[in-house]
Amino acid sequence: MSFWSQTATILMKDLRAELRSKEAINASFSFALVILLLFSFAFDPSEETTREISGGLLWIVFVFAGALILNRSFARELPNDCLDALIAAPLPGSALFLGKALANLALLMAVEAVCFPVFGIFYNVNWTRQFWPLLLVVALGTWGFTVIGTMFSALTVNIRLREVMLPLLVYPTMIPCLMSAMKLSAHLVGGEPLDSDVMVWMKFLIGFDVIYTCLSLMLVEMVLVG
Amino acid sequence: MREKLMYFLGAVVAILFVRNLYVILNVLPDEANQGAMYRIMFFHIPSWWTAGLALMLSAGTSVAYLRTGKLKYDTISVSVTEVAVVFLFIGLTTGMIWARIIWGIWWTWDARLTSAFVCVLLYGGYLILHNGIAEPTQRAKISAAFNLFAFADVPIVWYSIRFWRTQHPQPMTLPPDMWSALLWNWLTLILLMTIFILLRLRQEEARRDIDGLRRLVHAHA
Amino acid sequence: MTPAVAAEDVWKYYGDYPALREIKLAVEPGSCVALLGRNGAGKTTLLRIIAGFSKTGKGRVSIFGKDARDTETRRRVGVLGHGISVYEELTAYENLMLFGRLYGLENPARSAMEWLDRTGLARVRDGLVREFSRGMRQRLAVARAFLHNPEVLLLDEPFTALDDRAIAVLQTVLREALARRCTIVLSTHQLREALELATHVALLTRGSLAYHGERTAEMLSDPGWLYARYGESS
Repeated sequence: MSFWSQTATILMKDLRAELRSKEAINASFSFALVILLLFSFAFDPSEETTREISGGLLWIVFVFAGALILNRSFARELPNDCLDALIAAPLPGSALFLGKALANLALLMAVEAVCFPVFGIFYNVNWTRQFWPLLLVVALGTWGFTVIGTMFSALTVNIRLREVMLPLLVYPTMIPCLMSAMKLSAHLVGGEPLDSDVMVWMKFLIGFDVIYTCLSLMLVEMVLVG
Repeated sequence: MREKLMYFLGAVVAILFVRNLYVILNVLPDEANQGAMYRIMFFHIPSWWTAGLALMLSAGTSVAYLRTGKLKYDTISVSVTEVAVVFLFIGLTTGMIWARIIWGIWWTWDARLTSAFVCVLLYGGYLILHNGIAEPTQRAKISAAFNLFAFADVPIVWYSIRFWRTQHPQPMTLPPDMWSALLWNWLTLILLMTIFILLRLRQEEARRDIDGLRRLVHAHA
Repeated sequence: MTPAVAAEDVWKYYGDYPALREIKLAVEPGSCVALLGRNGAGKTTLLRIIAGFSKTGKGRVSIFGKDARDTETRRRVGVLGHGISVYEELTAYENLMLFGRLYGLENPARSAMEWLDRTGLARVRDGLVREFSRGMRQRLAVARAFLHNPEVLLLDEPFTALDDRAIAVLQTVLREALARRCTIVLSTHQLREALELATHVALLTRGSLAYHGERTAEMLSDPGWLYARYGESS
């Protein structure tokens, strides 16, 4: 059985399990909407301010709502000792990690797909002017977040304080990715095309994604096998 | 043997501090723009360098643990990281004091300060993680893996925040007598770091011994 | 002949405390070893190392001469631990299909249906495990462990908390496996059921192997004999 078909098997399993129970994704949607609401009280959403803060606002919504999904990632394997069965199976740790990370990416992007129209409506912002570049930036930023979140979920799966530790570890590590995504998103939501001013942030984002994906793939097997 | 080393280093550090303070306070002239306050720089800058050195050492011992599985590397790693965080705090505090006096504000979100703060959060997270795992082998492995992620982040954080904004004084050339004072103080801080690490190491090893004895007692109960 | 399972001078440390000391064990193919010992003696620790869940501190464990963590080796090993290792949110059929695919079976659907039949779960194949009774879950766990026809079976206290129907299924499956010359290592407190199946016995006391040899008639007639003779004095 090839690496990619095993990855696909894990991906489908995670998606099927989550979509059947919908626990994490419902909580995530609700939380995203709540944060969008709360921000409208924190700032005066005039058009000028909103355009400036749009990048930051959106990504804060994504990372806080997304954490609910990432937290479950390896934790869902704990009941019934399913994680043991996966480790015992002839499945490379990297395939397990990649399958889960891709499932998380799908779920997170589903939440983001809802957040954008809601954001556009609540704050009266036309965010579709640079749609495809924006989609690319959101995908890259979400992948960075997913890789870190999934990896640290694996790292903390057997620890007592897992739920507390995960946000504490993920958010500081993600700061470069988050900054790049925020800068690029604010730029694109404002309708400006990707020009040389902001390309440096694109490079940071891609660099971050590449470095942490490689690091995670290398370390995950060792982290999971006691 | 280690005790003797610590006492010896302690004496050297004490002497060096006295010498350095004398040079910094009495011998060197006031700086043109900043007056007397600039002297805090002689503690501020070497603190960062010392913290950086300690963090590199910490990453190195984490790699060593992951390759060899010897618990002593984990013990060294946590001791070194804790001391690094202490020096990060010294750097932040001295910087904040300087900023309050020279710029009139306690804090600003410029490149270096923000990066430093992120490092404090990252390695503070490492220490909380390390403390939160009861089983020693698991603790060592997970902390070491996280340490590598944190260490990989340090240069990325540094470069990306530099693009974000900069208000921090840029590196400047110093007259030779100031450089010399800076380097002497750095040496002193490195020795101080070593003493702290040895102290912490001793505490951590005692903790390991107690843990081992406790397991032995439980096994025979 | 290469032993099916071999432990060479295995030590396992938790921190500085040795949970396993210098374990030397060789299990011939086709034999069934009952791993006995008090709680805390190290049975689960040893089984987990053989199954590839954890690494040794010193020494090595090999299965058919290869490392326990090797991917090809893991394909030949089936593990039944304390937990049932099936997903609550999936159906019985989906669970078996998942593991069938991960183990690279040629026709996972057919193997899944076969094992659902054998464990008496065919009628509930599309039921969510969440709704199963305890006995049904245990039988599904057995199906999952044996689905890929492993040559080496590692079972950690398999008879504990099984209802009589599940015990019957497990005993049948194990006897068939032995008839096919599979190798079984099972740890247990249920001495009678285990000793009936076992060809060999190994006793762990405080992390060391106190006895390892063939199962004798004395052991079968008086299960406590082994503990009395070789066990801890306290």
